[in-house]
Amino acid sequence: MNTSEHSALKLEGLARRFGVRWALRGVTLEVRPGEVVGIMGHNGSGKSTLLRVIATVLRPSAGDGWVFGNHLVRNAVDVRRHIGFLAHSPGLYEDLTAAENLRFAAQMFGVAESGIPFVLERVGLGNAQDERVRGFSAGMQRRLALARLILGSPKLLLLDEPYNNFDAQGIQLVNEVIQEARRGRGGALVVLHDRRQGEHVLDRVAELGHGVVVGVSAGATPLSLVSAGGMTH
Amino acid sequence: MAFGQDLRRARAIMWKDLTTERRSKAGFNAVAFLGVLILLLFGFALGPDTEALREAAAGALWLAILFSGVLAFNRSYQLELDGGALEPLLLYPAPRWTIFAGKFGANLLFVLLVEAIVVPVAIILFQVKSTTGWGSAAGVMVLGSIGFVTLGTFYASMASRSRAREVLLPLLLFPMLIPVLLASVESSNALLAGNPMRDAGAWVQLLVAFDVIFVVASFLAFDHVIEV
Repeated sequence: MNTSEHSALKLEGLARRFGVRWALRGVTLEVRPGEVVGIMGHNGSGKSTLLRVIATVLRPSAGDGWVFGNHLVRNAVDVRRHIGFLAHSPGLYEDLTAAENLRFAAQMFGVAESGIPFVLERVGLGNAQDERVRGFSAGMQRRLALARLILGSPKLLLLDEPYNNFDAQGIQLVNEVIQEARRGRGGALVVLHDRRQGEHVLDRVAELGHGVVVGVSAGATPLSLVSAGGMTH
Repeated sequence: MAFGQDLRRARAIMWKDLTTERRSKAGFNAVAFLGVLILLLFGFALGPDTEALREAAAGALWLAILFSGVLAFNRSYQLELDGGALEPLLLYPAPRWTIFAGKFGANLLFVLLVEAIVVPVAIILFQVKSTTGWGSAAGVMVLGSIGFVTLGTFYASMASRSRAREVLLPLLLFPMLIPVLLASVESSNALLAGNPMRDAGAWVQLLVAFDVIFVVASFLAFDHVIEV
């Protein structure tokens, strides 16, 4: 499928229910190629659930979504080829070394393992590649998770509070990865608590409240509520 | 091409599970020790009657493998849950059956290694003699293990999301294992008692049929089980 003609991400009335509780109640949102959109909202507003549904980890209870033209449910494997998800938890294997974790990821992504040393150097873990992850600090684990994301060469980044546990150098690295996705006509959806963290990279910010988009703003301008134009309550 | 890539993914999962298990060591030692311990308890319960021990050998051995194997299946998914690694595993661009295939392969090898320790102990403890040769008995062990591991891997994935997974897994698994257990014990008994394959053959055929059904059904259903 030619992905160039599609939105990086398009959601129409996406909803997700856990038991009787609706975590998402109809999110409509579009991320155009080359665009970086921030997602903000209070605790429990559905930010992380939204990313997990887009990442195909959770099935939507209602609504539709497409990643570069691939439907979230019907073409889930194709969706996964395009996305890179950096979650709260690094999701690494502690009894494997850093290089082994990435070797496993390369085999699962179906990409060459020759890029692993370069990626490890890039995230500042070149000297720790043969150390087991069990001994890594939270920041080092986060860097390795970012390395795994880079290894997959995703077009759409789904980043859940990506600046957590990173020092200034790490924050710059995250911003570089986002800018690369932008330059490659990909896209990014970045969940943030503090909009100042992503002010240099965000094109728009959408605010979630009680499972729906309650407002959007462009760049770093103040958030304003909108009543139409792609927002669904 | 794509199928070959998926097989390589399954192999990567198998390698990852076995490497992690080998380095932690605690899992294998505990499972093998539990298997031997169960055999010893059966031995004490049956008393010094050699004939009674021989007759009970196959049943005791398979129950020891079943009870100890359940620990292995729980650990297989615990590896993913401990570090929050299940979500990244689900995010790779691979069909879900590759996860099942990888975990099945790792669990099968794990159980066969446990059997390599538990079976000789059972032979010595229960004074088992085979008149038909050990090859056939080993074949039955492998067939029984395939059925056992298939269901164990499948139900462990189902129970892994539950807080009470240690309790839930045996409750789900053991009733489903009755056909495999019955066929394995009866065919083992027939072989160890010196009956020719025409007596054991029916049970072996049944065991093969159960293996095929369980393997196919588990691969088809796994996609729905692993989804959140």
